[in-house]
Amino acid sequence: MSIIEQIEKENMRYDVPDFRPGDTVKVHIRIIEGAKERVQIFQGVVIRRKRGTMGASFTVRKISHGVGVEKTFPTHSPRIEKIELVTQGKVRRSRLYYLRNLRGKAARIREKRMN
Amino acid sequence: MPKTMGILGKKIGMTRFYSEEGSAVGVTVIEAGPCVVLQKKTDENDGYKAIQVGFVNKRESRVNRPMLGHFNKAGKGGFYYIREFRVEDPDQYEIGQEIKLADLFKVGDIVDITGKTKGRGFQGVIKRHGFHGGRKTHGSMFHRAPGSIGCSAWPSRVIKGKKMPGRMGNNNVTKKNVIIIDIREEDNVVLVKGGVPGAKQGLLTIYTK
Repeated sequence: MSIIEQIEKENMRYDVPDFRPGDTVKVHIRIIEGAKERVQIFQGVVIRRKRGTMGASFTVRKISHGVGVEKTFPTHSPRIEKIELVTQGKVRRSRLYYLRNLRGKAARIREKRMN
Repeated sequence: MPKTMGILGKKIGMTRFYSEEGSAVGVTVIEAGPCVVLQKKTDENDGYKAIQVGFVNKRESRVNRPMLGHFNKAGKGGFYYIREFRVEDPDQYEIGQEIKLADLFKVGDIVDITGKTKGRGFQGVIKRHGFHGGRKTHGSMFHRAPGSIGCSAWPSRVIKGKKMPGRMGNNNVTKKNVIIIDIREEDNVVLVKGGVPGAKQGLLTIYTK
């Protein structure tokens, strides 16, 4: 397995900040439209992180015009310009699927107190 | 027999690779070559033209005496796998010459890959031939059986080649038109798009087109 591990190590990104489910992040996505390239920002709550090497991914949920939108990004994708950690949330589980059934005030996540 | 040159390789496993535009591709990692030319087959001697190559070094103590004599002509040690490639002109190659990935392939090339599929043992017609099977409930009484295998008085026999249960897998299968995504010369490793036949550590043959 060592060759695969080596290939994966070389292709992984190491500029990914340490964020967890419950955190609010800004994902800067590079979007290619024809010849043009622009950066779109997707801000929302991380509801799951799938760990691993090249197969790692995370899902961000936000409410857009009253509709819940979720996007799953491969963590090591070169299409992601950068990931910004906005706030750290305090949650008690690793998969926040319960947020899908909540709206408005109930869907808030308590902020983690920084020391 | 295809009249193309190729290289022998070993399937290592699969991973994910990002292309230049940033789209993810599933790739198979193959450790291929170097293969050593052991013998040249010519029209005069053998009635056909080919080169014989060896792959994966074998300790001398593991090689039996008749094979050792054959290997010593090339002088590159023993090998676990010996295969032939049909070539137009065997004199292009020299005995003992090492054939490496970069000699035959470059990134973006389209190749054919042959391997032996995983053995699946004795399987029924649903898994082996993709039959649909019957209903599971409502008193169907016909679940995974093959059904009728032919007519009665005429022809009074089962037609040859009728799809029936039996041994599945462990066949030589060629996957055609596989794209080379990346070549890592220093590791003798090639990454190809998609899956290839066989288990990990299985022998593969990569043919040029």
